[in-house]
Amino acid sequence: MASGLSRLQRYYAAYTVGFVIFVAALAVLESQGMPPRWIGYAFLLFTIVTYAAIGVFSRTADVAEYYVAGRRVPSLLNGMATGADWMSAASFIGMAGSLYLSGFQGLAFVIGWTGGFVLVALFLAPYLRRFGEYTIPDFLGARYGGNAVRLLAVAAAILASFVYVVAQIYGVGVITSRFVNLQFEIGIFVGLAGILVCSFLGGMRAVTWTQVAQYVVIIVAYVTPVALLAYKVTGVPAPQVVYGQVLERVGVLEGQIFDLPAEVETRRLFRQRAAHYADKIARLPGSLNEERTLLAERIAELKASDAPMRDIVQVEKQRRDLPRDADEARQRWEQAMAAAEERARPPIRHAEAFPATAEDPGGRIQQANFLALVFCLTVGTAALPHVLMRYYTTPSVQEARSSVFWSIFFISILYMTAPAYAVLAKFEVFTQLAEIPIAKLPGWVAAWAKVGLMSIEDINHDGILQLAELSFNPDVIVLATPEIAGMPFVVSGLVAAGGLAAALSTADGLLLTITSALSHDLYYRVFRPRASTQFRLVISKSLLLVVAVLAASVAAQKPGTILYMVAWAFSIAGSAFFPALVLGIFWKRANRAGAVAGMSAGLLVSLYYILRVEALRFPALPLGEPMAPWFGIQSISAGVFGVPIGFAVIVLVSLVTRAPPQETQDFVAGVRFPQEDDESPKGAEQRS
Amino acid sequence: MSKISRARHAYWRANLILTLILLTIWVAVTFVAPLYARELNRITLLGFPLGFYMAAQGSVVVDILIIGFYAWFMNRLDSRIEHRVKE
Repeated sequence: MASGLSRLQRYYAAYTVGFVIFVAALAVLESQGMPPRWIGYAFLLFTIVTYAAIGVFSRTADVAEYYVAGRRVPSLLNGMATGADWMSAASFIGMAGSLYLSGFQGLAFVIGWTGGFVLVALFLAPYLRRFGEYTIPDFLGARYGGNAVRLLAVAAAILASFVYVVAQIYGVGVITSRFVNLQFEIGIFVGLAGILVCSFLGGMRAVTWTQVAQYVVIIVAYVTPVALLAYKVTGVPAPQVVYGQVLERVGVLEGQIFDLPAEVETRRLFRQRAAHYADKIARLPGSLNEERTLLAERIAELKASDAPMRDIVQVEKQRRDLPRDADEARQRWEQAMAAAEERARPPIRHAEAFPATAEDPGGRIQQANFLALVFCLTVGTAALPHVLMRYYTTPSVQEARSSVFWSIFFISILYMTAPAYAVLAKFEVFTQLAEIPIAKLPGWVAAWAKVGLMSIEDINHDGILQLAELSFNPDVIVLATPEIAGMPFVVSGLVAAGGLAAALSTADGLLLTITSALSHDLYYRVFRPRASTQFRLVISKSLLLVVAVLAASVAAQKPGTILYMVAWAFSIAGSAFFPALVLGIFWKRANRAGAVAGMSAGLLVSLYYILRVEALRFPALPLGEPMAPWFGIQSISAGVFGVPIGFAVIVLVSLVTRAPPQETQDFVAGVRFPQEDDESPKGAEQRS
Repeated sequence: MSKISRARHAYWRANLILTLILLTIWVAVTFVAPLYARELNRITLLGFPLGFYMAAQGSVVVDILIIGFYAWFMNRLDSRIEHRVKE
């Protein structure tokens, strides 16, 4: 084993050096005049060919290899694979931007997404590994017995994983279309190919070894631009350490800029505009007719006064662009009102926690939401099947424990860099963009405005950019930092390759979770327990193909609510799985009736809360008017209600029904204690 | 048999106590520190307001330490109990 481990590490060390040389070579080629488009292609080709090669070399027809990589993944490499599995397109592209926009409030994601691993380490990973089967529904099925628990677990696993995988493939489409100039839909199918070459032939084994390779790309790509930016701003290329002083400077700039008369005036103008739209919406349908008559009069007037044709055409176009009916008008004006309100909002001070705002003078609602979100993200992290599955792949319980340590170690590199990223970017925006004449803005602003990710509106017509006049999509922070810091295009290509790796690696893990839930738990365990090994793998691989194509087709529709759905996945997974998993290990008295009732109750409460609060996002469902949130808690934190209810219901129902049989008691003892001869009670004979 | 079950009992007790202690530390950095972030922000450390620093980096560092300590301690305990049971 030891020699195998060092051989693997040598491979990956060589690969890392190769990757760095590849990037350096492209940098040299770029300075020699290689066009950016070719750099984009080179990155795309190099990374996907590498992943495909690993996938092909790791192909397998063995069940244990296919589902759990033969349980031979050393803890350090499993930690890297988990890191890549865990860090999604949203972490890579979106997080720094969210931290930029929301300041302290956004740090709930940093705390939640790392803190969850403590729960994994203390409550789940070692016990799941000692149980030593293939999936999370497997564990619940074995612990509680019967198919009801298993089916519930399969349903929840698929519900949480499918939206998540759609979001990853969507992310692939965004990255390839932006950096390599592929059409969005084509980009999605390139991504699909990249995912399939790994997981189709080699299952978990191929996915694991590819994820290790992807981790290297992700982390190099994430840290390089921030390090260069930190070097540019402070002279020290260690952003995680030096951004404290930048934060101080940002604080000073905030004090200087926020209360400038022009800034205050701009915000007032946007507030006025929002009020104007609110008034128009309130007076529908009359206001729409009024507007139509007004424009008609203008046109008649212009025509009568022999105005130039150009002006007439312009006003006619305005009339044509008016909403067709009251419903459309309401929808469009509400959007415009929300956008204006967003810009009118006083800017937040980056480091200030729970500031007083108009809606929340004491900051109490923000505080409650911060803590609720942290709770849901930690519990959700410790319940997402694609992460937990990774701890089945280590050789022993001890390695599973160390592996959680390596997981959080490798993940923390990105999560500790993201807040620095946000602060450095903010400093650049405050110094390079704020209060600068619009004509003199750097070229990248126009470039990102053209693709619709940034927008500038000089509402007070002073020719100078006030902060309220600038709005952008959070993704821009990561995507545009190379340009903001004036780096060559090769760094942008690197960022694209990193985002791609983050999306592909997470998609691989999720896809495998969905297919194993369907093929192993549903087909093999429930319907055809006597299916041959060979046939099970055929089923598994076919399902993988079907689910992947399905996910890609959904992603190609560009569903608008996809980002919200990913956030909800944490609450859904947390309330369905966490109570049943933890009580299954730590409370012998928990029984089947309790688990079925608790899992359903937790899941239903979370789903109910999400659907009722967000009724407007699901126009297809007959949900009626949206419900006022309980205690002002956002729908993203629905798990704060679902998880405790799940726990309570399991305990209550278990106590009023009969204690589980001796068999179950023995099972619990089996996952709690080291066994005399073998560290996993079932692992050995299951290797077929 | 009773020797094994006594060893198991002690093992599980040690595990539960350790889990509880580490969980308490975790709750302190994950939930209590953000709860008092406003108050902590009045203290500055290396340019960072402390409440911000704890949320952005401090909690992550503590999490790493918790998980590392748990793995080290439990892995040692595992090898000890295996030893004792075999005797």
